[in-house]
Amino acid sequence: MPLLDVDTLGVTFDTPDGTVNAVNDLSFSVDPGETLAIVGESGSGKSQTVFGVMGLLARNGRATGRVSFEGKALSEMSDAEFNRVRGDAISMIFQDPMTSLNPYIRVGDQMIEVLTLHKGLGRRAARDECVRMLDAVRIPDARARLDQYPHEFSGGMRQRIMIAMALLCRPKLLIADEPTTALDVTVQAQIMKLLGDIREEFGTAMILITHDLGIVADSCDRTLVMYGGRAMEEGPTQALFESPSHPYTTGLLKAVPRLDIDQPELQTIPGEPPDMSRLGPGCPFAPRCLLVREVCRETMPPLVSHGALRRACHADPAEVT
Amino acid sequence: MSLLSVRNLDVTFDIRPRGAWPWTPSQQLQAVRDMSFDLEAGQTLGIVGESGSGKSTLARAIIGTVPSSDGQILWGDTDLRRMDPRERRRHRREVQMIFQDPLAALNPRMTVGEIIAEPLTTHDRDVGRKEARRRAGEMMEKVGLLPNLLNRYPHEFSGGQCQRIGIARALILNPRLVICDEPVSALDVSVQAQVVNLLKSLQREMGLSLIFIAHDLSVVKHISDRTLVMYLGRKMEEAEARTLVRAPRHPYTQALIASVPIPDPQREKARHRPVLEGELPSPANPPSGCVFRTRCPKARPDCAKAVPAMQVPEDGHLVACPYQEVVSPLARSA
Repeated sequence: MPLLDVDTLGVTFDTPDGTVNAVNDLSFSVDPGETLAIVGESGSGKSQTVFGVMGLLARNGRATGRVSFEGKALSEMSDAEFNRVRGDAISMIFQDPMTSLNPYIRVGDQMIEVLTLHKGLGRRAARDECVRMLDAVRIPDARARLDQYPHEFSGGMRQRIMIAMALLCRPKLLIADEPTTALDVTVQAQIMKLLGDIREEFGTAMILITHDLGIVADSCDRTLVMYGGRAMEEGPTQALFESPSHPYTTGLLKAVPRLDIDQPELQTIPGEPPDMSRLGPGCPFAPRCLLVREVCRETMPPLVSHGALRRACHADPAEVT
Repeated sequence: MSLLSVRNLDVTFDIRPRGAWPWTPSQQLQAVRDMSFDLEAGQTLGIVGESGSGKSTLARAIIGTVPSSDGQILWGDTDLRRMDPRERRRHRREVQMIFQDPLAALNPRMTVGEIIAEPLTTHDRDVGRKEARRRAGEMMEKVGLLPNLLNRYPHEFSGGQCQRIGIARALILNPRLVICDEPVSALDVSVQAQVVNLLKSLQREMGLSLIFIAHDLSVVKHISDRTLVMYLGRKMEEAEARTLVRAPRHPYTQALIASVPIPDPQREKARHRPVLEGELPSPANPPSGCVFRTRCPKARPDCAKAVPAMQVPEDGHLVACPYQEVVSPLARSA
């Protein structure tokens, strides 16, 4: 049984300019201990997907579809039950570690609150557990640093604190939304290594949202490529990078400058990302696709199996290079 | 002769500690130390480094928006630091800048046409409105925007388009040098490639020299002829762009390359990637001797004693490390 199963998820926002469909007809699952990457550009709906799953949408947002965790539908849970799942079994790390920590509260108090609330621990026991967790994310001199405020930590250290906080309840699923985007490369490498160690040590499943294909290649078992709020392609990372079968995936892979290869010219995807409030009925990638045909503008292709991958494209896989 | 030669440039800021008395002496923060490089006409120099390495300060010192405290910035054979204001004004049209946040760099209350033409009307008082508009329209076409969007405002454009507007504004005076400070790091991958290709083709067409500042080594390698690696205000290594990535000699450059994951799962798994421990020390209180020694895997006791002299192991390859040797973090480990 998959740990998290998302079935035909839709996320819509009511805005003064009309309804915006941020996520459409999206289905995927995460197995225990597995790492799934959700890749896409800004506006592709990758963050709104997990906000929809976690019930964290903005006030004008609505999620439809069925999300179940360990076989239980989240929508059928009472608020209390849902809150228990959200804090205990699923935790989340956000992109900007400064805005996710309360600047007025000592780091220790913010962490202890999680444990007293979710695990009912006493203050002393909670404090010890926090020290253990800060040690686990390799923050030196953890006991003393519990009494410091967030601004006294560097960006990388703050992200470590966020990770420690997310792990306090030993979640089965960790959702990381661009956890290293705000960090320098050497610190990014430290954080990614830490997340890898945690996966091994605690057996945590992970959803990693990112736009960095290098990170995906480095640390994710499976990859879901999103564009314009829809799944374009999905499958084991290795297969997806080796023989991508969707024109958007191939375009994306060719547009990245590489350290290990000398490219005379970067191949580009012409055009701009779509305006989500003005999407047509067809494939959202159609206006920028080199293999576009009439049917692409009219109907969205279904996500169908192709070897190890699943792809949503009208073009023949043999045409995609 | 090089277009631009920087010689032993220092940039120092006075920092007043918070809550200090008016008579407390201010602290000195040395953002750029002893920086030297040459840039030839038509070439691109890439500058990489983490945040706090002083790469943007260096760019601002060259353009003159931040005062430098010592050294020389030679434009041909004149020192920019000794120019009188009138010469300086004439010189300014030769050097332009492109910024990181494309939307924030554009005045939201000006139309795109006004934004692009502004440098022209500032430097050439006798260019008429009509002429300025015509030239702005031409520039828009050149950077791949429709000239009929001249009367739109910046918020009506996407990030990639705003960056094109920024490029058009920088190029309208036909400068000889354009300093690009993280021009593509705020853009999506597919749009980033478009802007990089645009910069490259405009460079060829107009014979521009570029200084390309970025933290993304892959982009810098792609666009640059030479690359300079900075750490805490100092030059660590400088070499031909591909050599720097293929055969880096400084431990910091090697660590930087090892930190970048490659979008190829098979190669990535075969690669040995040692992770650099620790974080950038405070620039207000840099380590003695070699500034990288606190995080360097090869550090020895004598690294703390003196700033390492620049070594030249081969023609055009400069390394600030006495223990330099070629290690390639891109190779597969056996």
